[in-house]
Amino acid sequence: MKQSMSSATETFDCRDIFAATLEEMAAEDQRICAVVNDSVGSTKLGGFRRRFPERFVNVGIAEQNMVGASAGLASGGMIPFCCGASCFLTARAMEQVKVDLGYAQNNVKLCGMSSGLAYGELGPTHHSIEDLAWTRVIPNLSVIVPADPVETRSALQWAGGHDGPVFLRLSRMPVPKLFPDRHQFFPGQAPVLREGSHLTIFVNGVLVFRALQAAEQLSRRGLQARVVNMSSITPLDREAVLRAARETGAILTVEEASIYGGLGGAVCEIVAEEHPVRVRRMGVPGVFAPTGSEAFLLEHFGLTAEGIESAAADLVRQRQAP
Amino acid sequence: MRETTTTEDLQRLPLAARRVRMRALRMVHHARIGHPGGDLSAADILVVLYLGVLRLRPSEPSWPDRDRFVLSKGHCSAALYATLAEAGFLEEKVLGTFMDPLSILNGHPDRKKAPGVEANTGPLGHGLPLATGMALAARMLKAPWRTFVLTGDGELQEGSNWEAGLCAAQYGLDNLVLIVDRNGIQQGDFVEKIIRMDPMADKWRAFGWQVAEVNGHDYGELRRVLSSTPLVPGKPTCIIANTVKGCGVSFMENNPKWHHHVPTNKELALALAELEGAER
Repeated sequence: MKQSMSSATETFDCRDIFAATLEEMAAEDQRICAVVNDSVGSTKLGGFRRRFPERFVNVGIAEQNMVGASAGLASGGMIPFCCGASCFLTARAMEQVKVDLGYAQNNVKLCGMSSGLAYGELGPTHHSIEDLAWTRVIPNLSVIVPADPVETRSALQWAGGHDGPVFLRLSRMPVPKLFPDRHQFFPGQAPVLREGSHLTIFVNGVLVFRALQAAEQLSRRGLQARVVNMSSITPLDREAVLRAARETGAILTVEEASIYGGLGGAVCEIVAEEHPVRVRRMGVPGVFAPTGSEAFLLEHFGLTAEGIESAAADLVRQRQAP
Repeated sequence: MRETTTTEDLQRLPLAARRVRMRALRMVHHARIGHPGGDLSAADILVVLYLGVLRLRPSEPSWPDRDRFVLSKGHCSAALYATLAEAGFLEEKVLGTFMDPLSILNGHPDRKKAPGVEANTGPLGHGLPLATGMALAARMLKAPWRTFVLTGDGELQEGSNWEAGLCAAQYGLDNLVLIVDRNGIQQGDFVEKIIRMDPMADKWRAFGWQVAEVNGHDYGELRRVLSSTPLVPGKPTCIIANTVKGCGVSFMENNPKWHHHVPTNKELALALAELEGAER
């Protein structure tokens, strides 16, 4: 569904393309099924349920069984897309994610909806800012954070064809279309969205377009920021990180998640071990968020074009200081 | 394919179960770690399933139409591996590597390593959700195979079992059979002293399951009920198998100490001698 947010930019709720693409895939492949925890509305899977009722399982409000039963479905030969609010899907069923998916390598696609701060004023119980740290340490589990409708569709199609568990972290926050329709998601490949030499911004999800806006502002101040879309957290494009460290000498990570253990953590691990340069992580800095809408919270944590611009400029200044 | 009970089969079962018990105790003794009490309570159930009920092809462990069996009480892996050897999935000599470095026989079963193992279990409360998904898959695929899952009784204190229990009943999964190894003992003490699970049968009936109670050491009774599922069309089946923890070795029987106690050399010799002389 298109929404008008600002003057000229058309924005999209990526759940719409998610639901439409999943229906297309299910029409072509009888093994694809959907499993939900009574989250039919928030996953936008009402259409899927109408078209494929025999392949739609609503386990009720029961996330451990949702993930465990999805693993059983996969073990039996189906390709389940296990969909629910990211905060519950990951935290409530973490041991099932570890054992039944990662360890047992069951071919389940976890679709964490409304991740990050999307639930805004519902509060920290519903925010899902820890999910990247939790899922990133599970072996065999791919972790993907798409940035726009085109990448959401492509990542979903890739996940459907990939033999192994995947965590797709999706959002409900409207974002503009960033990629041309032909753009394809590849795991472990981080496309450079904008070239630059003064620093590199690694970003994913709903914050990518804000980082691009920040880079535009920075260029007017004479600072050229490279912007890299790190939608693939696992596997991670190590080369892209090392190139950034070598070629731009400073790195800013920007994510709608805790600064601990997610994208920022992953980048720091590589940089610290292989090519130390100054890194600054933007995200939620180890606190539970206060009350407020998603827009308010993004601003509160500086996760806006202006906030990213300011952090980037600071970082370059610190780097140049004697 | 083994679909009908024959007298010859029934005569094989006690001997096979005795071998499984003896092997499992040797394995736990070898590894210096394990869960002999539960191995012995589950041995007869496992042997009846593998030699008398499940439709399997040991030479083709991934045969798509095989019946699925999930050992949810994954800590009783020694009994499972010994039964898989009895059924022809594992070579007997592999049993001697139980928990050795790089062995395919992990302390808790790994489906990617050991042929015939259907699920990676160990943390309790995973098997029934997995089995529920398997039964749903069979329905979606219009496949003929059935799913059996064996849990402990203390294990049912994990809430995930009851999430799956609600779901299996809601979806009318009559291709799913839960067997509860009701040996009455968990790690710390008798189950009823820690968190009461009685009335167990009433709980499952209230959740919408068709329940049968059997003597978990009676081969004929086990075989009869396991071969006549679903007990009621449209409902999942719960078989409460009343068992004795440590069954077959008098000094281990019904004693919480043997949940995960490792026998000394002398205790092993006594246990094996008792099993050897048993005329079960």
